Amino acid sequence: MALKFVPFMWQFGEVILAVALAPLFAGWIGQCRAWMQNRSAPPLTQQYRMLRKLFKKDVALAENASRLYRTAPYVLFATMVLVAAITPSVVTDLPFAHAADAIALIGLFATARVFQALAAMDIGTSFGTLGARREMMVGFLAEPAILMVFFNAFLLFDSTALTSLVDNYSTHPSVIDPSVIFAAIAFVMVLLAENARIPIDNPATHLELTMIHEAMVLEYSARHLALVEWASSLKLFNYVCIGIALFLPWGIAIHGANLIAILIALAALSVKLAFCGAVLALIESLSAKLRIFRAPEFLAMAFLIAVLGLLVHLLLGANTNA
Amino acid sequence: MLRPHSVRYVARFLFPVGALGSIAMFIGAAWYVFHASAPETITLPLGLPDLPFHIRLDALSAFFLMILGLSSAGISLFAAGYFRSGEGTAPGVLGLYYHVFLASMAIVILADDAYLFMVAWETMALSSYFLVTSQHRIPEIRSAGFLYLLMAHLGAVCILLSFGVMQGGSWQFTLDAMRGASLSPFWASVAFTLALIGFGAKAGLVPMHVWLPEAHPAAPSPVSAMMSGLMLKTAIYGLLRVTFDLLHVHFWQWGVAVLALGLFSGLFGAIFAAVQTDMKRLLAYSSIENIGLIFTGIGLSILFAASHLLLFAALALSAALIHALNHSLFKSMLFLATGSVLHATRQRSLGKLGGLIRYMPWVATLALIGTLAIAGLPPLNGFISEWLLLQSFLFTPRLPHAFINMLIPLGAAALALTVALAAYVMVKFYGVIFLGQPREPSLQQAHDANWLERLGLSWLAAGCIVIGVQPQLALHAAGKATRLLVGQAVVPDPSLWRIAPIAPAQASYSGSIFLGVIVCVVAITFLGVRLLAHGRMRRTAAWDCGYRWQTSRMQDTAEGFGQPIRHMFGAFFQMERQLPSADDMNPRYQMHIEDRFWRAMYRPIAAAVPRLADAISVLQGGRLAIYLLYSFLTLLGLLVFVLWL
Repeated sequence: MALKFVPFMWQFGEVILAVALAPLFAGWIGQCRAWMQNRSAPPLTQQYRMLRKLFKKDVALAENASRLYRTAPYVLFATMVLVAAITPSVVTDLPFAHAADAIALIGLFATARVFQALAAMDIGTSFGTLGARREMMVGFLAEPAILMVFFNAFLLFDSTALTSLVDNYSTHPSVIDPSVIFAAIAFVMVLLAENARIPIDNPATHLELTMIHEAMVLEYSARHLALVEWASSLKLFNYVCIGIALFLPWGIAIHGANLIAILIALAALSVKLAFCGAVLALIESLSAKLRIFRAPEFLAMAFLIAVLGLLVHLLLGANTNA
Repeated sequence: MLRPHSVRYVARFLFPVGALGSIAMFIGAAWYVFHASAPETITLPLGLPDLPFHIRLDALSAFFLMILGLSSAGISLFAAGYFRSGEGTAPGVLGLYYHVFLASMAIVILADDAYLFMVAWETMALSSYFLVTSQHRIPEIRSAGFLYLLMAHLGAVCILLSFGVMQGGSWQFTLDAMRGASLSPFWASVAFTLALIGFGAKAGLVPMHVWLPEAHPAAPSPVSAMMSGLMLKTAIYGLLRVTFDLLHVHFWQWGVAVLALGLFSGLFGAIFAAVQTDMKRLLAYSSIENIGLIFTGIGLSILFAASHLLLFAALALSAALIHALNHSLFKSMLFLATGSVLHATRQRSLGKLGGLIRYMPWVATLALIGTLAIAGLPPLNGFISEWLLLQSFLFTPRLPHAFINMLIPLGAAALALTVALAAYVMVKFYGVIFLGQPREPSLQQAHDANWLERLGLSWLAAGCIVIGVQPQLALHAAGKATRLLVGQAVVPDPSLWRIAPIAPAQASYSGSIFLGVIVCVVAITFLGVRLLAHGRMRRTAAWDCGYRWQTSRMQDTAEGFGQPIRHMFGAFFQMERQLPSADDMNPRYQMHIEDRFWRAMYRPIAAAVPRLADAISVLQGGRLAIYLLYSFLTLLGLLVFVLWL
């Protein structure tokens, strides 16, 4: 009987791991960026200190803020925790993983996005609505591209459930289809756009002409802001974990969870996260922020690359069949 | 209270009784879906001699009756609190039209011969015409009503002709006879095309959609809700009945046509909804978008069925059916919510609303549920059907047509774009009406909906939540209908908490876990923050980067929120803009957006009709001798014709 609860224990542990590591990962990217740009880096724990400071402060709430505005940070955080519960980052034997496939995860991200946009419109400031509008725009442009990436995965392994994908990828390492490379490039582009990174948005600026994410959270303060920031670092963490599950799944404990497998998986995860963080920092250091109306071109490019991957797969498949 | 003409009698007695009838209809249909299996038929001794009315209840009609009963119960409850005297047609007469409309929709769904079907179909069109024009003193509403009547009849003619083709020379007009008639491929395609045009015109499929954004907003809100939520579904029902049940799906080309029209309608509706400035017009365009999604599912299903991939056909068809059910719930609800806003503020232009969440908390909260549902967000119901639809797109590479295979993933992308655009539109709808600062000072006097209105809205909201959390129920009910139509059904996963339409290893979804985890984490986080930190809070002025004063005019207007869409999809619009110059003292900004179909298709046809009539009027010389000559020539012609044969 006790054995039945073991998967739930791993499940719980994985969620806690994600929630705890997400600020660290964001800090790691910031540190890499600082190194690459020849600046002295803030300590890795900077994000945690900021969260602690924010939780201590008193909330300053705009007079006309409604209940929706105060609830939204909690909902955002909760959706991101749910995504973390579904994404197999350490083990695949997760009870909640069957609650959603990759396409349902897109929906979950959309829920978070809509709540954030609505909350941004609640106070009725010019920046809030501006940010909401831009965020929704980036969102609807990114969705077709990310869907094509998952389509590609489905064509390869006949599943959109992340756990099955991880199982299949890791047990068939020889199947390196050229379409995977296209899909990976498209996925990284969407990841940058969806997580308010350069070249679509700059997380480190409050310049009114360019900001998207920051414009939406301008009015938040103290614990609300802390939750919003935590949720957005968790979102980045989740996106990277989904990317790892899709494109670098080796090391994840696929044959049930025993202690050694988990330790290996944890080590693999930290190496992969460190690598991905460095790559993201490199991309961000090498590229410039795009004008807001270049964002459609950027995401259309991501979409086309993903479609190209699909076509490559279908054409190659037609060849081998014939 | 019980005087027959009084408003109170109509409102507090007739409409609640109607709602009870609807609930009874829902329960009956649901009982049939979950328990019975064989179709029930009755022949009524009504109608013309030798032409009795036939009635048939099977899984497909029961599913649509469920939709009708479920949503109309909520609408009737709301209507009980909504209608008041002094607004156009007297409430008593309105109540009569309303219930005739409701009954005729039920009969359309139950009819088992073309004769009864057409009678009910026309009753439906006429009664809804009178409902649309209930504010008939306003010229725009009269012309919207006329356009609606015209399109409804053009559609009805096509449907009539389609039935004419389908009887296949047997001159039997019962649907049973048509089921058995064997048509040549050509005539089957003709019947299908006519049905697609006829039912498409009723459903608002592009390019037959022009009446919809005119007529739906013109009607009183409960009627808009009935038309968008329910009447459009009768057209879906008709198309399914004809394509799958009567014509037995022959050609995958039909599927491609329906799929293409559906995807285009979806995208078109979403794009146009994003640039609307009238809240009810926005919802009307959003209906076109949702109808597009439903047709996309039907098209895919035809494609799969014609290629003998019946399980996937059932999956796509379930998606279409469930989306029809979902759309009836959330679209009715949002139209009703606009009705409450309209009564409370007398405004329907988005540019004059705002901040109503503070004055109408009930309507705002319930409308939020509808907004999230229609935006296709988990864990509510709109997501279920969109997810199923995307799942069925995943299986299109199994189709045996090489080029279609490669094109259809693009269709999935168009679908994803449509769905994501719908979320954009709904954020605009909700954000501009209910959030932000009020754009007019008078809005601060807005009052919340009365208890009957709240009850109606809550009923529909509960439907959205229940289907979202327990999609197995909807999938099960739709499965009965798909078993009838394509002979297969998608089985929901045996475990109670999730759906896995094809195989759990491929894809599964659980709305209950979504809702459960989100609610739990919100509660835990809330308590945790309170316990470990504190709950102190003070109210101040909004910061907004330190700008000293802010007015409500600094928020995005409805036009402003639609601007990125205008920028990106400019090719779709016929746009006329007047921009103020830089040194204008009284800057005025004007913009007019028109549907390109008006200029490209409808205006030329409208201009051609009088010209044609003029040309024909040459025959009418007005002299008796000439008319006698016509009669003589006709007789002569007939004589020759008869003798020749």
